[in-house]
Formats: sequence, structure tokens, C-alpha cells
Amino acid sequence: MVTTQTLPIRIEDLVAAVVDPEIPVLTIGDLGVLRDVIVAGDGAVTVTITPTYSGCPALGVIAEDIVTVLNAAGYDRVAVNTVFSPAWTTDWMSDDARHRLNEYGIAPPGPAGTDAEPVVCPQCAATETTLVSPFGSTACKALMVCSECSEPFDHFKAI
Amino acid sequence: MTYLVRLADDNVVLGQRLSEYIASAPDLEEDLAIANIGLDHIGIAQHVYTYAAEVEGAGRTEDDFAFWRTERQFTNTLLVEQPHEGFGELIARQFLFDAYQLELWEALARSSDDRLAGIAAKALKEARYHLRHTASWVVRLGDGTDESHRRMQDAIDSMWRFTGELFEADDLDRQMAAEGVGVDPTTLREAWDATVDEVLAEATLLRPDDPYQASGGRNGLHSEYLGHLLAEMQWMQRTYPKLQW
Repeated sequence: MVTTQTLPIRIEDLVAAVVDPEIPVLTIGDLGVLRDVIVAGDGAVTVTITPTYSGCPALGVIAEDIVTVLNAAGYDRVAVNTVFSPAWTTDWMSDDARHRLNEYGIAPPGPAGTDAEPVVCPQCAATETTLVSPFGSTACKALMVCSECSEPFDHFKAI
Repeated sequence: MTYLVRLADDNVVLGQRLSEYIASAPDLEEDLAIANIGLDHIGIAQHVYTYAAEVEGAGRTEDDFAFWRTERQFTNTLLVEQPHEGFGELIARQFLFDAYQLELWEALARSSDDRLAGIAAKALKEARYHLRHTASWVVRLGDGTDESHRRMQDAIDSMWRFTGELFEADDLDRQMAAEGVGVDPTTLREAWDATVDEVLAEATLLRPDDPYQASGGRNGLHSEYLGHLLAEMQWMQRTYPKLQW
């Protein structure tokens, strides 16, 4: 979400296009990790991001990548702030991002706060799937297995 | 600042404890679960230490709090520093602590301090998820075989004496609660009791009736185990000061 309306479009897009180092099919714009970009009159850029999980190790890399991208675009003074409120939710993920996530082999999150909806297998689209472990390869994912095609897959947890 | 450091100390010490068990869990999925939960605790500690350092305004960083304080300067509760003999004790310690953290973060999410409320709201989501996982293990092992039942009961019994301290309030707690920043831990007890009783009952386990409750962690008086844990956690920074990734 970019709240400052007066920006030149390019810089917002540059920052929003930084990819998540752990799920490179998604950008920080897609995820809602990017909260704000402000360019001061003197050219200093302040970028605000929010962590997906408190212990998400990708946050440091994301901050570095933002600085690298902006430096390359000629912005030398870049500050990256972290905010916690409002707490990040998977509901901020766009439909397009969910679609790409599914194509990538990770089942996208359902609406936050509901467990009831069946998780659809990203390989064969079957709805008969079982939770193997509530904690997957990264903090934001759970490990599932499909009863139809027997393939294991990651599910992006709804929070 | 002292209040924030307490919150962070509980989390960093438990995160370090959990990391010891990675690659020793009953299965690979559980290794990942323990690593994930530990990472959440360390992340929370990092964010709270960073805030504490800003409040203090003396130029310290989160690393100074984690790596450059001695055992007596850590104010974590005794529960989180307890070693675990096996998976049952790890789960017992984690379950009893998760049930407490759930109530703590829920209360702190309403803090008048916006920054703390934000960190708490995030931590609350994680605590809920952790508790669901650890409670399911308590039930699975408690209501499992005779052997798993016996070991889960022993594990709960061995950690029980460290739970009373979680709900002790001192002047700082009361002052922070009065200012609307913090919470009086004594007010969290009732909800914790309800959660714990419900899970223990479902697990066919008995609530321990141990009148002895250990205390002292909040004042820096620790069990013998914290020093060893800190030695492991801090040796790199102390051997190579100012080391960066």
C-alpha cells in the first residue's frame, strides 16, 4: 500500500517490485509487506515495511534489497523503517498474487481467521488434502499432502 | 525500558532453548515446527530489545541486550531457562508458556503505547498458533499409550513449579499497568488456569498439586542452567566483539 499520492510512479513501482527472497514469485508489493514510500523534497527516500512474522529472516534481506534498488536508481539516501501496526495479514495479498503463488506450487491462503475452507492442491486441484505439519519450510507456510495425487505441497497460512 | 527488557528476555532465552533441540525432534516436521517457534520468539525479542534501546536512548542496540549482559542482568522467568530432558518436557514447558503468552499479548495489544501494542498484536497471532500446536501434542501424548501418558504427566509435573512466577507482580508491573502501558500479571492467571485445565483434562492428565513454586528470575536470580545457555548463546559475540554477518 502506497499512501503518498504525489509521488512519481516509477519509484513506487521500483520498490514494490523487490521480490521476497524466500518466495521469489511474489514481490513485497504483492504481499503487502511494503506499507509506504515517501520521497522528501531533498531526494531522501523513506520506505516503510512490515514483517510477515516476528522472526521472519527475510526482512533484513528485503531491507537491503530496497536500498540496493534505490541506490541503483540514483537515490543515495534511503531509510527503511519497520512498523508493526496494523499487524500484517494474508488478506492483503492480491488475487493476482494468489494465482501466481498457486502456479508456483504453493496453495494460497484463505481468508484470515477461518480454518474451515478446504485447501486445494496446487498440483491437481483436488480438495482432499491433509495437514502434515502446521510448520513448513518458512514461518509463513504449513506442509500439506494431497490425498488425490499424493504430492506434498506448501500452504501459505492464513493469518 | 526495564519492563520491555523483561518481555524480551523471556523470548530470547526460550528461543535459544528451542534451537538446542533442532535435529533432535521425533520427526523432521517437528524439527521445522520447533525451529519456527524458536524463530518467532527470537524475532519478538529482537523487536522488543530494539524498542527498549530506543527508549533508553544510550546508543545500545538489540545485540547489546542479548549478547553483552551477564546472567544476573537477565530478567527472564525461570520456566524458559529450564532444560528439557526429551520431547515431553520441551512440549510441557512450551505449552505452559504459550498459554501464558497468549493472555499476555492479548492484554498488551491494548497497551496505550502504540509501538508495544503493535508488537503484541503480531506476537498474539503467533502465540495462538504455537499454543494450538503444543496443546495438540499434550493431548496426543497424554491420551496416548501408557508410556507416553506417564512421561507427559512427569513432564508437566517437573515444569509446574516454575509457572507461579509467571503471574507474580512487582512494583514495576503494577506501575506499568496503572499507566496503561503494561499489564498486571496476576490478572492473567484465571484465563491461563482455564486453558491449562481444559487441555490437561482432554489429555487425561492431572493438574499438579505442587505447593512449591520457584521464583527469582525477574530479579536476576536464576537456576544454574541460565549461565550455560548464555555461554552458548554469547560466545561468538564475546570472542569476536562487534562481529557482523
